[in-house]
Amino acid sequence: MDVQLKILRYNPEKDTEPYFQDFTVRGVSDDWRLLDVLQEIKWKMDGTLTYRFSCAHGICGSDGMKINGRNRLACSLLLKDLNTNKPITVEPLPSLPIIKDLVVDMSSFYDKYEVVKPYLINNTPPPPNGERLQSNEDAEKLFESAKCILCACCTTSCPSTWTNENYLGPAAMLKAYRFIYDTRDEAGNERMDILDTPDGIWRCHTIFNCIEACPKEINITWHLSQLKKKISSREI
Amino acid sequence: MIKTFDVVIVGAGGAGLRAAVEIPKEYSCAVISKVYPPRSHTGTAQGGVCAALGNMEDDSWENHAFDTVKGSDYLGDQDSIEVMCRDAIRAIIELEHMGMPFSRNEKGQIAQRKFGGHTKPADPNDPYSNRLPVMRSCYSADRTGHVMLHTLFENSIKNQVTFFSEYFATDLLIENGVCKGVVAMDIATSELTVFQAKSVLFATGGNGRIFRITSNAHVGTGDGMALVYRAGLPLEDMEFYQFHPTGLWKLGILVSEAARGEGGILKNSSGERFMERYAPTVKDLAPRDMVSRAIITEIREGRGIRGSDGTDYVYLDVSHLGKELIDEKLPEITGFARTYLGVEPTKEPIPIQPTAHYAMGGIPTNADCEVLMNEMGETVKGLYAAGECACVSVHGANRLGTNSLLDLVVFGRRGGKAIAEFLKHADFQPVDESAADNSRRIIDAVMNSTGGEKIAALRTELQNSMMELCGVFRNEEGLKKMIEILGGLRERSRSVSIQDKGKVFNTELLGALELQNMLDNAEATVFGAYARNESRGAHTREDHPKRDDVNWMKHTFAFRKNSSYPELKYKPVVVTRYQPMERKY
Ligand SMILES: Cc1cc2nc3c(=O)[nH]c(=O)nc-3n(C[C@H](O)[C@H](O)[C@H](O)COP(=O)(O)OP(=O)(O)OC[C@H]3O[C@@H](n4cnc5c(N)ncnc54)[C@H](O)[C@@H]3O)c2cc1C
Ligand code: SF4
Ligand code: SF4
Ligand code: FES
Repeated sequence: MDVQLKILRYNPEKDTEPYFQDFTVRGVSDDWRLLDVLQEIKWKMDGTLTYRFSCAHGICGSDGMKINGRNRLACSLLLKDLNTNKPITVEPLPSLPIIKDLVVDMSSFYDKYEVVKPYLINNTPPPPNGERLQSNEDAEKLFESAKCILCACCTTSCPSTWTNENYLGPAAMLKAYRFIYDTRDEAGNERMDILDTPDGIWRCHTIFNCIEACPKEINITWHLSQLKKKISSREI
Repeated sequence: MIKTFDVVIVGAGGAGLRAAVEIPKEYSCAVISKVYPPRSHTGTAQGGVCAALGNMEDDSWENHAFDTVKGSDYLGDQDSIEVMCRDAIRAIIELEHMGMPFSRNEKGQIAQRKFGGHTKPADPNDPYSNRLPVMRSCYSADRTGHVMLHTLFENSIKNQVTFFSEYFATDLLIENGVCKGVVAMDIATSELTVFQAKSVLFATGGNGRIFRITSNAHVGTGDGMALVYRAGLPLEDMEFYQFHPTGLWKLGILVSEAARGEGGILKNSSGERFMERYAPTVKDLAPRDMVSRAIITEIREGRGIRGSDGTDYVYLDVSHLGKELIDEKLPEITGFARTYLGVEPTKEPIPIQPTAHYAMGGIPTNADCEVLMNEMGETVKGLYAAGECACVSVHGANRLGTNSLLDLVVFGRRGGKAIAEFLKHADFQPVDESAADNSRRIIDAVMNSTGGEKIAALRTELQNSMMELCGVFRNEEGLKKMIEILGGLRERSRSVSIQDKGKVFNTELLGALELQNMLDNAEATVFGAYARNESRGAHTREDHPKRDDVNWMKHTFAFRKNSSYPELKYKPVVVTRYQPMERKY
């Protein structure tokens, strides 16, 4: 079968503005990933088409992009799950500066990630010859948030991010959850102070866009609401 | 532009980041990576990382070492294997202390499960008694590599490492046996930077992309190995390339051995559990080389299933394990089967075929990660390597599952420590802007070429022919043919031209540079395989089906020559306590 795509193109060396370019790719089948279609274009039709990719199976977080209006990973989306009767629209993740075509500048995303102190803080020396104990139940409480692949699909789909570029965003706060709820971590309060600010957790209005965008099916809003409860209940 | 650091680490996977965490804060440390660190390939590792913690049942590092030696088909250097297995326990506990989220047992300790090739003797006092599978693999559901990579990334941030993400290393600077730094291109601008450094550690990962069906990410093009090879240094044991038995049919996406560790079984077209015939004791949990050969043999003898793409597969069945266990312990990999093949693993078997997975060979190092400049064991001052791109050799002719993630943290740390020691007395070597000339020449040649050869065409031909002629089974005739094909590809690669003439994020240019690297990797692999007239571990020569301990207890060292034939030299295997014996499971 054939598919048609409308891809947002932008080359800062040539273009003043991004524009849509149409492509028709022939001889595809419905079990192709959208990434496969992009590869077909890049390596057989137009070598200048630019996007990120690596693992090709939804685990490295490289190829987040806006596909038919929704943030997804191009490698985790098969043609059979898209309406191929009309052109598929492919755009870069919204709200981050475009470097070229579908490649956006991730630096602000990573900066926000670093703000929440994304590492275990525990100043009590661990047992000399063994692990810190943790029940499997407690461990599993972290697994969903630890699944995050930092693809930025959530943060860039969030209306609060669009209106306030300083908003920490769901991915960074999910990371904060991952440590605040880790029984081995001692810096929960410090992290909650970081979230308990105007650009932090209270800017989340539970709009659920982020959940819909998350390719790892993380219930982000649930995690953020747990944080909200925890933060408001710690106040005297 | 010249940038100066005490240490430059090329590669931000598990090995590179573990090394970075070890560098004392008083030294400046840069980590260069062609992708953002958490996108490195380590994140795809599923099954686990092993250490004889004994959390579930009695175990010992000696058991682990025995398994690793045997698994390596006696090509692993036993002194290094002992170093790794002894240190494994500390290394895993340390990861836990760093914050890695593990699955836990009832006591709250790190949980462990079975994995292929990991055993212990039925009689604890006799290592040569019948061996049974043992729970040695520590895991975090089936996302072990992902959480390990993130934990190490987090700790590198804590350690204030300077990252150069989306920088592509193009050259290694060595003069008179001393390393001076590396050259790398900022992908966003195509600008070349000379990184002057007292010490450089390569942790650039594997090269699975030289084969058509592979579990490796697209970044797995063997860049580090190629840079070292082109700098006149040898590559070791490149002919030993592991095919993992269970890749998703057509796609090569890995279905971890954890699926069999949890009780999944392999079946042929008539539903027979065929591994019972090949490895009566451990069955489906036999080491990877054996299982991959068994699958191809089943297929060749007509007991495979023909897929719509014309290739054959067999089945991996986990449906009898029940939905609950599958959802808890194997969520990610069963999700892949669902998403990409439309197969529901809780109800039906998963079509699988062997997939190119892991390079046992690589940049030769000693147990302190110092890179060897020859088969005599002399080292290059200031140059280190760790992880999949390196060959210590702890994996010999066949790596056991879960031993790679272990290798990353054990040797990543050892490399970091060795560098910290070295830096106490090391000086910078003089470099200037001209150090980037060689890279610039290569890049300009690609940018200005009007030759008309297409990257994709050459790459596909390389991958197809490597899969067919240098895959699970090999023979003299096929390898000869592969040598010819390689020569042709090399010639044509000089006339590769690209459409993208821009400087901003030119991924087509990267594709061209990676293609050169892949050809170098393939060269060392094919020539090593052609010369080695025996079958050992993952290297199976149909025309020489037996292991030959008299002539081949030695490591291949391939040196690039300007002619199209590398020069091969050999270094004897280090044997300490385990004498080679027949490998039966
Ligand atoms: C699907 C899969 C599952 C696996 N599961 C397991 C498992 O369960 N247990 C186990 O022990 N092992 C497993 N392995 C093997 C193991 O994951 C890898 O061997 C290991 O992660 C390699 O780590 P590394 O640090 O050496 O390299 P990688 O993680 O591959 O990192 C390489 C780094 O080098 C950088 N790089 C490469 N080239 C350049 C360049 N030219 N310039 C700049 N940077 C560069 C990359 O950006 C990247 O940061 C698995 C492998 C695969 C493919
Ligand atoms: S739920 Fe919160 S974080 Fe998620 S999209 Fe809505 S506002 Fe943003
Ligand atoms: S939470 Fe989900 S969408 Fe957001 S960065 Fe992580 S994986 Fe991506
Ligand atoms: S390419 Fe890795 S997530 Fe899509």
